[in-house]
Parts: sequence; structure tokens; C-alpha cells
Amino acid sequence: MSLSALTKPWAATSYGFLDASAKRELRRKMLKAIAVPGCQMPYASREVPMARGWGTGGLQVTLTLVNPASTIKVIDQGADDGVNAASIRRFISRVSGATETWDTLGASIIQSRHRVPEETLGADQILVLQVPNPEPLRGVEPNMSIARQMHADADYGRLWLTLYEQIVRKGRIMQGAAYPSLVNGRHVMTPSPIPRWDVPKLHMAKHLTFLSAGREKRLHAVPPYTRVEPLVFSDRPYRVEDHADLVCRRSGISGYFMNEIPQDHGGSAFEVSDSNLGIKAIRRAEGEPVEIGATWYQDGEFSA
Amino acid sequence: MSIDMTSAPAALLPPQLMRTEALLTMSGLSKTYGSVRALRNVDVTVYPGEVMGIVGESGSGKSTLLRMMNLEDTPDQGDYRLQLPGKDDDNLFALDRYQRRMLCAHHIGIVYQNPHQGLLMRHSSSGNVAERLLIAGERSFDVLRSKARDALDASEFPLARMDARPAELSGGMQQRVQLAKAIALEPALLLLDEPTTGLDVSVQALVLDTLKRLQRDRRITMVLVSHDLGVIRTMADRVLVMRHGEVVERGLADQVFQDPQHPYTQQLVHAKL
Ligand SMILES: Nc1ncnc2c1ncn2[C@@H]1O[C@H](COP(=O)(O)OP(=O)(O)OP(=O)(O)O)[C@@H](O)[C@H]1O
Ligand SMILES: [Mg+2]
Repeated sequence: MSLSALTKPWAATSYGFLDASAKRELRRKMLKAIAVPGCQMPYASREVPMARGWGTGGLQVTLTLVNPASTIKVIDQGADDGVNAASIRRFISRVSGATETWDTLGASIIQSRHRVPEETLGADQILVLQVPNPEPLRGVEPNMSIARQMHADADYGRLWLTLYEQIVRKGRIMQGAAYPSLVNGRHVMTPSPIPRWDVPKLHMAKHLTFLSAGREKRLHAVPPYTRVEPLVFSDRPYRVEDHADLVCRRSGISGYFMNEIPQDHGGSAFEVSDSNLGIKAIRRAEGEPVEIGATWYQDGEFSA
Repeated sequence: MSIDMTSAPAALLPPQLMRTEALLTMSGLSKTYGSVRALRNVDVTVYPGEVMGIVGESGSGKSTLLRMMNLEDTPDQGDYRLQLPGKDDDNLFALDRYQRRMLCAHHIGIVYQNPHQGLLMRHSSSGNVAERLLIAGERSFDVLRSKARDALDASEFPLARMDARPAELSGGMQQRVQLAKAIALEPALLLLDEPTTGLDVSVQALVLDTLKRLQRDRRITMVLVSHDLGVIRTMADRVLVMRHGEVVERGLADQVFQDPQHPYTQQLVHAKL
């Protein structure tokens, strides 16, 4: 019996830019990542027509998941219309036949750089986060093979120490984006540089999240209904950014994560970072029948 | 465990230790690095509350023995037991990396000769102490801080500087930070590898005073390595003399210093006096 006789035909998955064997490898690593939540899985990281560091990790995961029946949304810092987001979205739909959307509610796969949408994701949706640096221990242990041992031993004392040091030096924890978080009570992961605002959205979420770093060739996952707990001292509660009271100057909505836009007179204006949420709010205010889904935050308070 | 008559003849024990169980028992330790036989069939017994001094020339295996006690290395042969409340006294060399780390964090403190080995120079001094507590699972910032302060205070470290980086401190102060880190969790065993070597004589005396006070107030069991006979003499209850990886003499400190039996010890003692 020949080897090819033992394997399934590859033709069926030969679309979507990546060849079938690349997809097969990625799919295996993605399944492993789901099986061990928050644990980083190395993968080969194929070439895609984009420079490393521009979301190639997320793209490879998306290309492995996507099929002609998928609906794909791509955001860059919350916006669907940025050059990179638009190019990635068009590329994915062109090579796979998937439908494009800006609407969080309608997307089956959402690839994102540095944000989780404000509308609550459901069990039939997958979030793919682009990750520049997947190793939360890099700052405390430059040697990656030792860092791996530390993960194996759940040896996170040094990481906790950096948080202790921030409070001692600055009076508060300075870690903004990429807040280290304990997944499923076992592995500490970096949730990619999403703001602190977004980390609670991953905790016990209905949706599946993949986090993939193309340059570093590692991916990890947060399966549905999995604990994601930011590392915090018991007497120093986790705090999200003070955005609850900011009002979007374009859509007038408030209680969501905002982009700060410096003004000539020295002050700042704010615009809702989840740009499609802002667009939907404007259209609804103009009388169009627009569906806005439930949001993780209500009136600036996390409520899911 | 009964007292091992071969490694600690009853006649050599101070009376208050006569009927106690040993805290630490190492037997038949041998270790070879390449062609260097760093330890040869070494037996050590340490009783609760005593200070065991280890002397010997450079390269005699003192630090190697201490590293074994701190489970940083595994010998080719031999075993190691600690009598800890609520623990089996299994051979500790059989533990894996994770178990060793947890055991050491909770029960063993160590002060190295070189502070760079024991301290994170770019973190605060209190943070160096807090790391110990974090490894042991403490998650309250206020508790971390107050326990770090207590340990630094017990080590007679000036509390006004508790958040200074060790890199900014003098050698004597760095040793006090190491000491605070070592005693933060009230270990059963405190290992000291030349804790005062490299300090100038007056600072050395101050650090030794702190150690003596700790020993008196808390009855911490200590194993003190030094090639300075003066240090051993002022601190140790019993002494082990090592040479070329072997124990050549052992006994009560006073006896060994007054009436050394082995020619090497005689040479050491007389060279010193
Ligand atoms: N990790 C190692 N690799 C190779 N050789 C080693 C290692 N550790 C110790 N040795 C050797 O074992 C012998 C004993 O070394 P050890 O450091 O225990 O001596 P010591 O008594 O502490 O000396 P000193 O007074 O100079 O500190 C030395 O010959 C040393 O070179
Ligand atoms: Mg030494």
C-alpha cells in the first residue's frame, strides 16, 4: 500500500492560497492549541503575500478556517476601512470565495489587529487575533527554551514580580495592552496587544479565539467558555481604561473604547474605536432599520 | 530517624542535641564533573537549631555540597532527606524540577557569596524578597509588602531603602537583602555560602552579628560554608572539614579547633593561629 492511499485526497482543501499540506499542519496545531488553552504551539509559518509582522500569523489561521460559505470581517484597531484591513479582507475573499462584511453580527470569522469588537460574539463565530509577540515571559526571561520550561512548571513568579515592581515604582500597574492573563487556571498568555478594556471579553466567552504570531511562528487559543483571568493582586483590582464616560464625536454613542484624536488647541476629541458600531449607530439615528447586537459593555460597565 | 552513630558519634554531640532527630541527612554523596571528583562519599547530618560549619580549601567541594543541599544539582550517588513536618522523608534527589522548586521556596533559604547569583540586580530589594513569597503563592500586594518589610527588618536592612535596587547598594547591604529573601518564608534550613567573604572586616562583623542574632532568636538551622576559620569558630556548633571532596574530620567546633585529629586540620588550625 502506498502512502498516498492512506491519506485523504487533498484536492478538496486546495483553495484559499495555502496548499492542503500547510493547512493540515496548521489545523493540527490549532486543535492542539484548543486542547491546551493558552499554551503556545509552534508551527511552520508559511510565506503569504505580505511581510512578516503585518498579520501573517492571523492570516494563515484565517485561511485555514475559511471556506466559500464563510463571511469574513477584518479590522485593524477596530476599523474595517484601514488599508491593511481592507487589503487582507479582499485577499481572503478573493482566494477563498468567502463573503466580505463590516458587520460584526454577520461575520463567521473575524480577523483583528489589537481589538475585540464591542458587540458580543456568539458560539458560531471565531475571532482570530494577530499577535506580534506571543511570549508573556519574554520580558523576564530572554532565553526562550528556559521560558518554555517556566510555562511547563507554571513558574510565573518573575512575571508577578514585574507587576509588583510597577506598583512600587509608579503606584499602579502600568501594563496597558497585552495584559498577561491566566488561561484555564494553567498557562499565562499574552492576549495580543488588545487594550485592558477587551481582556474581560475573552473570559468565559461563547466564541473561540485564536491568537497567532506569524513571525514568531507560534499560536495559542482560548476555547469557548474558558477562564481568562488577568494577573492581578487580590487587593489591587483589575482596571480597564477610563473610557466609560467618553462620547464619540461622530456617532454620539458612549460607554465604549474610544480612539483619542489630538486637537490643534491641545485638547482631545474621541471617536468610537469599533468603527462599524459607530456607523451603525449613525445610520440608526438617521432612521434606517439597523440591527445593533448586544454589547459586552453596557453604559460603560462590563456586563456579560 | 535515629542518630547515625557512624556520621555523628554520640560523644561528639552537644548534650542538647543528644536525643533529637536529625533535620538533614545526606549519605554517600559522590559527584564527578568530568575528571574532577568534587564529592567523594560524603555523609552529613544536621540537627534542628544548630549551626553546621563547613571548612576546607578552595576547590574542596564546599559549594558543591551546598548546591546539593539546595537541590540545584544532583549527585551521581547518594541520598538526601529532610525531616519536615507533614512531609515524607523520601530521597529529595528523586524530586523533579517543579517539586524541587516548591520545596526550596518553602523550606530552604540560601545566601550566596556572590549577590549576583542570588539577587535580581535591577529589581527593588523588597521585590527580591517578594519574589520568594510570590513563588509560594502569595497574591496580596499589601501582604507581600509587609512580609518583605519584616524580613528586611529582621536582616537589619535599613527600611528607608527597601525599594532601592541591589545594584545601588553596598556589598554588605546586598547580603542583607539575600538574607531577607532567604528567611522570608521562615525556612527550616538556611544555607550560607561564604556570606561574608568579600566584605570588609567591620561590615563582615556586622553581618555575622545579624546571623548570630537570627540564630539565637529564631533557632534557624544553618549550614555555613567558609574558608575563614575565624568565621566558623564564632558561629558554628559543629564543624565538617573537607579536602578534595572528602570529609576528613568532623566534630564539635571547640574540639576540632582545640584538638584537631587529621593532619590537614592540624595544618589549617595552626596556620590560622
Ligand atoms: N558545575 C561544575 N562543572 C564542573 N566542575 C565543577 C562544577 N562545580 C564544581 N566543580 C568542580 O568541583 C570542585 C569543587 O568545587 P566547589 O565550588 O565545590 O569548591 P569550593 O570548596 O566551594 O571552593 P571555593 O572555596 O573556591 O569556593 C572544583 O574543582 C570545581 O572546579
Ligand atoms: Mg565555593
